[in-house]
Amino acid sequence: MSVDTAVLKGRKVVGGVVEGEALVTRQTISGWGGINPTLGTITETRHELRGVSFKDKILVFPGAKGSSGWSAMFHMTRLSGTAPKALLFTEMTTKVALGAVVMRVPSMTDFDRNPLDLIETGDWVKVDADRGIVEVRMIAPRSAALRTGS
Amino acid sequence: MKLSNEEKSMLDGKDGKARQKAMELLVRYGEALGAERLVATDNIAGVPGSSNPFLAKYYHQHGGGNHDAIFSLFDLDSDEIVEVPKASAHTCHLQGGYDPDNWQLLGASPEGFKISQESEAYIAGRGVQILKTCTPYLAGNVPKKGDHCAWMESSAVVYCNSVIGARTNTEGRESTSAAMLTGKIPDWGFHLDENRLGSHLIEVDFEIESVMDWGMLGYFCGEVVGEKIPVLNGKFKADLIRHKHFGAAAASSGGVEMYHIAGVTPEAPSVEAAFGGRKPLEVIKYGLAEKRRTYDNLNSRAKDTDVDYVMLGCPHYSLEQIQGAVELLEGKKVNANTQLWVFTSRAVKAVADAQGLSKRLRDSGAVLVTDTCSSIAQAVPPGTKVAALDSAKQTHYLPAIMNIQAWFGTTQDCINAAVTGRWNGVRP
Repeated sequence: MSVDTAVLKGRKVVGGVVEGEALVTRQTISGWGGINPTLGTITETRHELRGVSFKDKILVFPGAKGSSGWSAMFHMTRLSGTAPKALLFTEMTTKVALGAVVMRVPSMTDFDRNPLDLIETGDWVKVDADRGIVEVRMIAPRSAALRTGS
Repeated sequence: MKLSNEEKSMLDGKDGKARQKAMELLVRYGEALGAERLVATDNIAGVPGSSNPFLAKYYHQHGGGNHDAIFSLFDLDSDEIVEVPKASAHTCHLQGGYDPDNWQLLGASPEGFKISQESEAYIAGRGVQILKTCTPYLAGNVPKKGDHCAWMESSAVVYCNSVIGARTNTEGRESTSAAMLTGKIPDWGFHLDENRLGSHLIEVDFEIESVMDWGMLGYFCGEVVGEKIPVLNGKFKADLIRHKHFGAAAASSGGVEMYHIAGVTPEAPSVEAAFGGRKPLEVIKYGLAEKRRTYDNLNSRAKDTDVDYVMLGCPHYSLEQIQGAVELLEGKKVNANTQLWVFTSRAVKAVADAQGLSKRLRDSGAVLVTDTCSSIAQAVPPGTKVAALDSAKQTHYLPAIMNIQAWFGTTQDCINAAVTGRWNGVRP
């Protein structure tokens, strides 16, 4: 069986190279009041990932929302060993930028196409933030349009 | 990023190790944002050096456990412990988790309270103003129009940008602590003119009067514009208190960091000026149907009408609001099955004490609490199943954080609930 692959180009937010399994949500994530940093789980009541762990995942999401405690909460995930392996996001804010910096995980934004359309939870993703390249190995086939971005 | 000679000098360590580490963090942060430069700031509101049992334990095991260790390794995200000097820019400490007088009532652990007192003394020693409030603008920190600030606390950020016309992004703990030592913050987002223009026009075709009305309008705006900048058009008379509740609500349901009210707020002499001549992305009507839908959203987790707990003071109550609560309670007592806690800053409480308002609250069976709130301290009276609130922001957070029901209504509805033990608020 052939495996579908795709490549995205984007801008480095925090440098580094890492690979892992994708966890994708189309909903923004709250830090304070939205995650449990010692468990590495989403806790927000109405969030589609409520109860799901982001530990060691390539977190693909629109960005941050809510309280200014975002960076400090995600900073504590690094101390607790529950941080994601990388962040790929589409909306730049001060919250997510500072959070990515203090989590010290490879992070990217400003993609040539929308990672939320292309990547699905469970895909294997290699992030090379230094070169601004994301390689995706898809677990389920996608349409040709998504693969090529045409 | 392009750095000035002064900034390069800090980065090279010529102004000491701590300022070097702070500048390193600001450069990493500025580059992450895509900022081109830093901007000078002399007004910082953060939580520098603040400790809690988690951080105290962690940095006891990794780094020796003193306050310089927490500030260096957590606040500045440095790999090296540095000696932390005095603040080089005016800095105030926002809300914390412990009222120095009522921490036991709020169920705090003696260990947690002791840790918080020690970190407070440490940072006060570095020249930080211990305001301990989410409303620094009611406790002595009022920037002027055009000032570049570095503030945390979403409700204070939206007030600072919209009502005062000063300029701040929603900063975080690490960026405000780095700004405290350098007087610099990335020149990005709301520091730049072009990012302060309106995006969505909200047409309001009826009078918005009570604090509850303003809270609902704010909650609606946040839901429809998300992170963008709403411009309100209608007949408005809003005082400071109404702006405070509107902005806090909009920053909770969405990520609103700035809004304009045509003819009212400082950067919106007219609707056209608020949009800088551009067209609105969308024109949205707020009428009775929208108001009712917002009320229903806010009250979606309330069912039982027996009220165990009434919380006022999110954002922290002003002196006028405390006075208003005292007057509504005049000649009445808080019900035996209900508790009423009113939250404010230490500065406002000092005046409330002098005015005799704190005593009158106590005589009615209510408690005036400082520094924190039920969501931050994760504190409600033991056994609370149902709360009553006059703040859309607190209604957004508290039921999820404490797993309780919450009613949202007017301050009068809340005082009535405190006195009778029952919720009798009316859907608009």
